[in-house]
Amino acid sequence: MQSLFAYANPHNFMRLSRVVLPIAALAAAVTLGLGLYLAFAVPPDYQQGSTVMMLFIHVPADVAAEAAYGAIAVCSLFSLVWRHPLSDTAARAAAPLGAVFTALGLITGALWGKPMWGTYWVWDARLTSFLLLLFLYLGYMALWSSIEDETRAARAAAILALIGVVNIPIIKFSVDWWSTLHQGESILSGKIAPVYLTPLLLMMAGYMLLFVTLWLLRIRTAIIERRARNLMVGA
Amino acid sequence: MNFEMGAYGVYVWPAYAISALALGGLTLWAVIAWRRAKARLAALEKKT
Amino acid sequence: MSPFFTLLRRDARLAARSGGGAALALSFFALVATLVPLGIGADLRLLARVAGGILWVAAVLAALLSLDRLFQGDYEDGSLELIALAPLPLELTALAKLLAHWLTTGLPLTLLSPVLALMFNLPPPATAMLFVSLLLGTPAVSAVGAIGAALTLSLKRGGLILPLIILPLLAPVVIFGAGSVARVLDGFGGTGALELLAAFASAALLLSPFAAAAGVRLNLGS
Repeated sequence: MQSLFAYANPHNFMRLSRVVLPIAALAAAVTLGLGLYLAFAVPPDYQQGSTVMMLFIHVPADVAAEAAYGAIAVCSLFSLVWRHPLSDTAARAAAPLGAVFTALGLITGALWGKPMWGTYWVWDARLTSFLLLLFLYLGYMALWSSIEDETRAARAAAILALIGVVNIPIIKFSVDWWSTLHQGESILSGKIAPVYLTPLLLMMAGYMLLFVTLWLLRIRTAIIERRARNLMVGA
Repeated sequence: MNFEMGAYGVYVWPAYAISALALGGLTLWAVIAWRRAKARLAALEKKT
Repeated sequence: MSPFFTLLRRDARLAARSGGGAALALSFFALVATLVPLGIGADLRLLARVAGGILWVAAVLAALLSLDRLFQGDYEDGSLELIALAPLPLELTALAKLLAHWLTTGLPLTLLSPVLALMFNLPPPATAMLFVSLLLGTPAVSAVGAIGAALTLSLKRGGLILPLIILPLLAPVVIFGAGSVARVLDGFGGTGALELLAAFASAALLLSPFAAAAGVRLNLGS
């Protein structure tokens, strides 16, 4: 914990992130580029045809969406329990990123569902869970925006995020239960052939690295914006 | 390289396009906000 | 325990007096149940199939109506600060308030539900299941709602954001509640769903007072 608190100092965070950010950005570009290249090099699936291409942009988006919420939850915990000052900023910065990843997961999921099942939305258990996740993101961001006092907003949002993260497994479980009740279809079922695994893993890594890159950038931006605000108030 | 999507192309390509646009847009948004904040801070620091 | 029940009685009475209390929730509930057949047609078989889901969603929305006032009234006239300073722990205060909310919304809705089930041509076993599921599930709605109410109590128009915050969290309640009715309609037992519902409701009632109390504290600035 001690070393983590060293980075609670915005100054230290800026110094550290100035080094890490370009590395993350480069890593993101490389993995995404490589992943895309391999994705277009694999043969079409025996059963699914070229719709297997959806795999490479749908699953990474889903994973990044969940990871982003996890990051928000961890930051919220730090904020509430250890009063880590940068945590609030970090949590808020991650939210729009997570929301976009979630929306991408839904859109690519719908475009995957149409050729497979004939309609854009089939109330597949995973997609339905992700739709609810999108609302969790929107509610979180709305709470931040609607409370004027920043300290209050931060704490309220942190509480909401922790309640959300506890609820997510419950929501998933209940949606799974619900989909078996109504015999829903499933877009992504069964094993993934090994030839698809490498590009998939690369794309997943690429999306995660892109999230980290943008996240660090947004936190840096927020720190600088606060400095500017303090200067204006001081003057 | 396999760019032949057959009948499914009408779904695959828009999906990739939307993903690229969304992620590219996010990146652009983040970078622009960063540059703007930096410029503003520099201007304010020059005054004080 | 006496201060707890005093608060409970006070809040229930306040809710009943202002804005007609249960009447608002009941009217809303009945109106939705009336509008839906107008929207989807009078096919009785179809109505019976959707009754569980429609009535559950309507009940959740009706309970939502008075939720934003759960803490706000006391916050605005300063009495919330006094209540927070009182010997009764804030968690118990939150519990008393959410129970009062349930007594004036969830419980009346549950009691009215068999009448509305009739309008939807729901057979008696399914109606019974609907009743029990609402009885078990509406306390969970009040509990989760109390958390949202506490977090947004300082907002003038907090009522707009409150549904956005808590409805996703209530998805399991709707799923298990309406699901129990659907199971009975399909000829299976609905008790599995009821057990899941009861588990969720128990957890919600146990944990939400803590979260709601935390929400009140952060808004009182302590």
